[in-house]
Amino acid sequence: MMPVPAQVLDAATAGGALLVLSIFVPVASVLLAFVSGGRNVERIALATLPAGLAIAVAIAMAKGQSSASLVYLVGGWAPPLGVALRADGLSVVMMVIAAVVICAVGVYARADFRTPSKLAEARAPFTFWILLLSIWSALNLVFVAGDLFTLYVGLELLTFAAAPLVCLDGRAETIQAALRYLLFALLGSVLYLAGTVLIYGAYGTLDIALLSQRLRPEPVTIIAAALMTVGHLAKTALFPLHLWLPPAHASAPAAASAVLSALVVKGPFFIAARLWFDVMPHLPAPTARQLLGALGAAAIVFGSMLALRQVRLKLLIAYSTLAQIGYLFLMFPLAFGSGSTSHNGIALSGGMLQAMSHATAKAAMFMSAGLIYAALGHDRIAGLSGTARALPITVLAFALGGVALMGVPSSGAYLAKDLLLQASDETGQWWWAVVIQAGGIFTGAYLVFVLANALAPASEPVKLRASVPRIQETAALALALCSLFLGLFPWETYLIMPGGNPPNPLTLKALVTVVSTLLAGSMLAIFLARWGHPLERLPRVGGFFLWASPLRRATLGLSKIFERVDSITRHWLAAGLFLLALTALFAGAIGAHAAGLSDASPPGISI
Amino acid sequence: MTTAAVFGICGALAAGLGLYGVIANPQPLRKILAFNLLSSGVFLLFGVVARRGTAAAFSGDPVPQALVITGIVVAAAGTALAVALLLRLLQTSGSATLTAEAAVSDDTVE
Repeated sequence: MMPVPAQVLDAATAGGALLVLSIFVPVASVLLAFVSGGRNVERIALATLPAGLAIAVAIAMAKGQSSASLVYLVGGWAPPLGVALRADGLSVVMMVIAAVVICAVGVYARADFRTPSKLAEARAPFTFWILLLSIWSALNLVFVAGDLFTLYVGLELLTFAAAPLVCLDGRAETIQAALRYLLFALLGSVLYLAGTVLIYGAYGTLDIALLSQRLRPEPVTIIAAALMTVGHLAKTALFPLHLWLPPAHASAPAAASAVLSALVVKGPFFIAARLWFDVMPHLPAPTARQLLGALGAAAIVFGSMLALRQVRLKLLIAYSTLAQIGYLFLMFPLAFGSGSTSHNGIALSGGMLQAMSHATAKAAMFMSAGLIYAALGHDRIAGLSGTARALPITVLAFALGGVALMGVPSSGAYLAKDLLLQASDETGQWWWAVVIQAGGIFTGAYLVFVLANALAPASEPVKLRASVPRIQETAALALALCSLFLGLFPWETYLIMPGGNPPNPLTLKALVTVVSTLLAGSMLAIFLARWGHPLERLPRVGGFFLWASPLRRATLGLSKIFERVDSITRHWLAAGLFLLALTALFAGAIGAHAAGLSDASPPGISI
Repeated sequence: MTTAAVFGICGALAAGLGLYGVIANPQPLRKILAFNLLSSGVFLLFGVVARRGTAAAFSGDPVPQALVITGIVVAAAGTALAVALLLRLLQTSGSATLTAEAAVSDDTVE
């Protein structure tokens, strides 16, 4: 995200009207579908998918022609009086990825959410298609919003569209999951709104570009920053504020889980990035940024450990999302060297690339898990043996998604990891490099855990309850491949990339990294995962288990502690107290530094 | 004490009470009510900000008033959605609690 020169603020650019279209077209389809009802809902939604994708691509092409942002002034009024929509490189890439994922989900969901031929209208399909389009429009609004209040509106639209997706099947436990999600998300958005009103009260504008020039490190800014940040953490479900995520993402229908996990959590993450990189890049807050990174690191360890302890595949993927969300937050400390107030764009690009590869890979994984569930009638990981033979393409899509997420060369996650490591090298923060590598190893661990079960030969041939439609498998596989080759795209047009050649994915070093990551991951999986009978699974290496058994018992004890912590943090009271404590911590962390700065020297911030 | 200060203090009080209710109260309906109290507190702050009038030559700044209307609509919509979900939960399960926090985890299936 680049500082916007003052004169650009007041001019709408040529492609600006496309931004309005990207929001307007899905909304218009929602209204049309709502009015026409019945079978038309699906038809309208399916017709909107290619149109929306075309708009996103058109925006990307318009943005590719100039380095400045695309701007649209609503009603022709310039900020601070009017509202501006702006699309910079980050908005554009996120929009395109969102369009790709939603189109794939739409193709996938056709088989699951078809109105039965006997009925004129069924509740679940009607709701699903309308909510899918609403989510799309809300996401586009979040990506292009140019002021804090439009971001709030987009965020709320996103939540209201996402929460009912959780309980499409109407079972009591899914309704409960949806309600918890909604209530916690509402709490998060009120915090954000409170921050917004404080900012408006102090500076008289909510426009992002204007605020970035006006913000001063004074108490009201600090409190507002803390409130807004924590509000987004609650909505992104960053550890320890994740009470709503595992049940919500695991109990939704597969197509809904894919959207929720891939895209919906990226909305508040994107706003958090806007906040820290665009609104207050000059706020001197190294401690607060380290705190964000530390929460991310905790989320990686915690989410991965718990993923390995899951019995059900969908819950494993949900906890893996928890870990990957943590990964995204590592970019906050890495983008700023200690004490410096200007950020290097490399870490930001790395974080966004990670968000994009997670979006595509995780959608593919949830979609394959849904197919496995439909075909087997369950998704117990221990009961997956023989699945690879019965559903080869589905398991391949899952595996490729997992491998892409782990970060093999050519995948988006590999490039992201490379950029983040480079940033940690440049800013001299080696400890984040350790976390980044550990994150890859953990991802390898739960991938190995699932694949070892799915690839194991079954004692008797697997009886499939239902055949898996080829089109659904193809949609999942396409997304997995998309994530796998995301690293090869020339991102320089849209994101800040380091000079020189991109990392060659075919060197020996890259190969060694991947193999060692997988090996370390396998070791972790052997020791930490919940195997049926660990000693019987590998009968020929008895000597290994002589020393491995006590170690495994110790790690099992460790896992028990993690599970205990999880069940405590997922109590409402505990999560609420964490919310308050984090707000206080962030305010304190920014405030202490700002006070120190103003004592030592006048803050070097232009107003 | 100015009017703005009184309203500000009232807003802060309402927000604090609401926050306590949302976090500490176990019943979902009370959480929803507390959320409304919390939002009302924040909305009062909008009123205070408007009263202080950052834009000169106005007795009150109109922008926060426009914002607060949107905020109220959003809060009302959120409340409606939450209440609808709660009613459906009551119909399907016969109880309206959020207490399954720990039970969703993995120990149930094995």
